[in-house]
Amino acid sequence: MSDDHVYMTLAEGHEDDTRWAYGTGFEDPLHGVDTAVPDGVDAGELAALCVTLADDALVSAQRLAEWTTRAPELEEEVALANIGLDLLGQARMLYSRAGQVDGTGRDEDAYAYFRDPGDFRNVRLAELPGGDFAFSIVRLLVLSSWRLAHFERLTAHRDPVLAAIAAKGVKELAYHRQYAAEWAVRLGDGTEESHRRMRKAQEQVAPYLGELFTAYDVRDEVVAVLRQVTEAAGLPMPVYRPLPGSGRIGEHTEHLAPLLAELQGVARAHPEATW
Amino acid sequence: MVTTLLDARRARRVAEQVPDPELPMLTLADLGVLREVSLAPDGTVVASLTPTYSGCPAMAEMRAGVAARLRAAGYARVEIRTVLDPPWTSAWITADGRRKLAEHGIAPPGAAPSHATGPVPLVLSPTRRSVPCPRCGSADTEETSRFGATSCKALWRCLACREPFEYVKEI
Repeated sequence: MSDDHVYMTLAEGHEDDTRWAYGTGFEDPLHGVDTAVPDGVDAGELAALCVTLADDALVSAQRLAEWTTRAPELEEEVALANIGLDLLGQARMLYSRAGQVDGTGRDEDAYAYFRDPGDFRNVRLAELPGGDFAFSIVRLLVLSSWRLAHFERLTAHRDPVLAAIAAKGVKELAYHRQYAAEWAVRLGDGTEESHRRMRKAQEQVAPYLGELFTAYDVRDEVVAVLRQVTEAAGLPMPVYRPLPGSGRIGEHTEHLAPLLAELQGVARAHPEATW
Repeated sequence: MVTTLLDARRARRVAEQVPDPELPMLTLADLGVLREVSLAPDGTVVASLTPTYSGCPAMAEMRAGVAARLRAAGYARVEIRTVLDPPWTSAWITADGRRKLAEHGIAPPGAAPSHATGPVPLVLSPTRRSVPCPRCGSADTEETSRFGATSCKALWRCLACREPFEYVKEI
């Protein structure tokens, strides 16, 4: 009986024990899920949607993980890492679904580690450096509010796998948004300094809002949530001045390439390793 | 046919005993992640598991654990399936599971929040919840961190007996 020991259970089936340090031969997160695409669902569109939502989540998770050992308090570090872990889990399932339906049969690692910056479809807001804690909070508020509203609609998607991934994600995104909203109120309605930093963070985030609202019809709902939070926080709604370009068509800032270099470096240096 | 039914039940009992990797006082059945165990006509045992959270890092280990126990119990062919729908809820933690959590100093979850469909409302006013201390039973407790060592737990402390404790969140 080997399953009482974590290492023995995970290492089971891997003859080359020396590679264990690189990973545990992670199984497909959709292992054993019915992979059929329902009639009337365009497989190419479905795959593109899954990749877009996965890219947002993967890049956000990487930025959230950067707060580990750097957050203002241990509790916030744990919170941000936990939120990042949820998003990473969503990304893994979405990449796996994309690979099942786009005809390439790629696994999650192929999407995460072996695509170049121009192939990523995340919004630019997700890739901007973490900067101030206030900036990370405003960004998390915007991205989690948008993702929650969008996932809530996707629970009715005709693809049952995407609908199920979304239904699971809704529960998680609800407490991500709650966390960000409570911090936004605390900082906006806090000291002069925290209020000033929140105003600055809002100005930094505002130019990137338009990218989120082009493809999916959740704008009014998200704006209503942002208005509710800014009013409670004593903050103004930021003036929206859109920037040209969009991460949704592969146009990114100079910040995505270094982020991916760090994320992908080990996997690309050891492409034969068991993950 | 009778043999098959008995065998399916036996396979289920075997799979039910696999401990959760992160809350080892609970079995996968106590936690509500073991959804179904059935026997295919060719004798393959099909066990269905559902993840608690999207990012649950223990899923691979749970799958490996269930497969290993079933093989050790004499089932040569084992298939593990992942079920995503309906999503796991803390309401699926059994009464036995709740008792075991409390016995190990972890407060079990309260009633899971219910949300039908449509936009999820954001509530900004402070909500008072009372989580009884799993050690002394006092209701005089407070949250110290909504996020803890695993996705499913928050950190609380008891103001009566002064002990910190973990609390499995409702989801």
